Amino acid sequence: MSLDLATTRRIAKLARIGLDDQEIEAVRTQLGGILGWIEILDEVDVEGVPPMIGTSTHAALKPREDAVTDGDCQEKVLSNAPDREGPFFTVPKVVE
Amino acid sequence: MLTDLTIAQAAEGLRKKEFSAVELTKAHTEAVEALNGRVNAYITVTSDKALEAAKKADSTLVAGEAPPLTGIPLGIKDLFCTNGVRTTAASKIIGNFVPPYESTVTAKLLENGAIFLGKTNLDEFAMGSGNLTSAFGSVENPWHRKDDASVLVPGGSSGGSAAAVAARMAMGATGTDTGGSIRQPAAYCGIVGLKPTYGRCSRWGTIAFASSLDQAGPMTRSVEDAAIMLSAMAGADPKDSTCATVAVPDYRAACGRSLKGLRVGIPAEYRAPGMSEEILAVWQKGVDMLREAGCEIVDVSLPHTKYGLATYYIIAPAECSSNLARYDGVRFGERAEGATSLDDLYEKTRHNGFGEEVRRRILMGTYVLSAGYYDAYYLKAQKVRTLIQRDFTQAFEKVDVLLTPTAPTAAFARDEKPEDPVQMYLNDIFTVPASMAGQPAMSVPVALDGKGLPLGLQLIGKHFDEETIIAVGSALEKAAGFTARPDLRAGVSA
Repeated sequence: MSLDLATTRRIAKLARIGLDDQEIEAVRTQLGGILGWIEILDEVDVEGVPPMIGTSTHAALKPREDAVTDGDCQEKVLSNAPDREGPFFTVPKVVE
Repeated sequence: MLTDLTIAQAAEGLRKKEFSAVELTKAHTEAVEALNGRVNAYITVTSDKALEAAKKADSTLVAGEAPPLTGIPLGIKDLFCTNGVRTTAASKIIGNFVPPYESTVTAKLLENGAIFLGKTNLDEFAMGSGNLTSAFGSVENPWHRKDDASVLVPGGSSGGSAAAVAARMAMGATGTDTGGSIRQPAAYCGIVGLKPTYGRCSRWGTIAFASSLDQAGPMTRSVEDAAIMLSAMAGADPKDSTCATVAVPDYRAACGRSLKGLRVGIPAEYRAPGMSEEILAVWQKGVDMLREAGCEIVDVSLPHTKYGLATYYIIAPAECSSNLARYDGVRFGERAEGATSLDDLYEKTRHNGFGEEVRRRILMGTYVLSAGYYDAYYLKAQKVRTLIQRDFTQAFEKVDVLLTPTAPTAAFARDEKPEDPVQMYLNDIFTVPASMAGQPAMSVPVALDGKGLPLGLQLIGKHFDEETIIAVGSALEKAAGFTARPDLRAGVSA
């Protein structure tokens, strides 16, 4: 199937990926190609088939005790911050 | 040469004091120094740290009771977070990320005494089949066609790990496999690559691509080495709720086990149209070798095989779009300058930080999960995934293991890279179905093609039955007697 320009722009916006006009057009063509190829799935009858969620067949997911397992690692948490002030992440001012 | 030893041989040599861990590590750091400029298998080289660790390994060895991997130099795919060592996922967006923690898999390897030579190159965020999407440049396959200097791709995404092991720039390496990212590069580089059952190894601290598929595994030059490494990497982890609490067997004991009466399934659907005669011949050779080893060969059918790839390219991008949403320039990673609003900050950061293939997959995932398309694509794909898994379950009622080719071709040249993404995706046609179903699978090098390039065969097993794969793989390895080595390797082209 082919993808229209408005839908492509909407997807790019939802993904916060920031594409220029030329890139939007390239993506539109490529995604259209992939989606066309994926149409092969229309051949499969999935009536009454449950969706497979995850891959684990060995056991149900194990809940973990709601407890603090670490802490006091403020410096670690902030160690890769692009910008910080004291114990805070800082971001550019975006609201006037 | 020390760099030509297997892990098993090196572990024995270290214990017999034939050489020291420092000597063994030095041989490898020298190989990395000599070859990495060309092969580009490593993004970050940690030779000093490795030599320091080797000294400690030598004292552990003197004291006796050294864990199995003591003094063994390994490469670590740059998708595993390593405490204090830059971890990039081959992406610009976290190109300077230094994790303040250690992934569970690498922590287990360290506890077992392993030495890390550095972080190996990969496709950006593990998205690719040729190692052509790394922000740190492509990897060169150490193999070349006879009388042809074309640079071949090592496969992907764990191409740096595969090339490092093949070129003797590491004794073994970690890889991760989402749709074939361990097995396909192993086949292209003539080494062994084992993707364990989903849930066998913890995913904690491994940078996520598609969480219901990603699985860590070993890449080595022998099946026995893969078994040794897997025993060290596998096991329950309270930090990853999808990691199984199933006991880890001594995988090495499965090597050389008798195959008498074992039933090997040959799935009809893997005979894809347009497959090369050479791949078909190698597959037949594998069948003959296993029959000779006492296996019963059984024809089986996996009717939904042809839908595997299309299903994968809905589910994997869907999960990736969600996992990669965290890279927005706020808490870590690169942040774009000059943003005028918060959305603008996100958009500029993500546009600058992600490469083309990653952007394409994020967009694809966003589309299939978006309102109005979710049922038609994502939900449908999950249902087809159920059918793919049922195929395997039914086949494994009749057989113990499946034998197929690993990839439809041998390694291709960089300049033969298909422009059409769909053509590129077809490299994973034989590896993806087992990933969708969570089955363990391994690629074993079996022969060289007419141009002198390695070809691999894939063994797919029952859930948590890596032992049968290892048993059959070691028989295949022995029968094939694959001893060819790439022309680019330590001590030769150094």
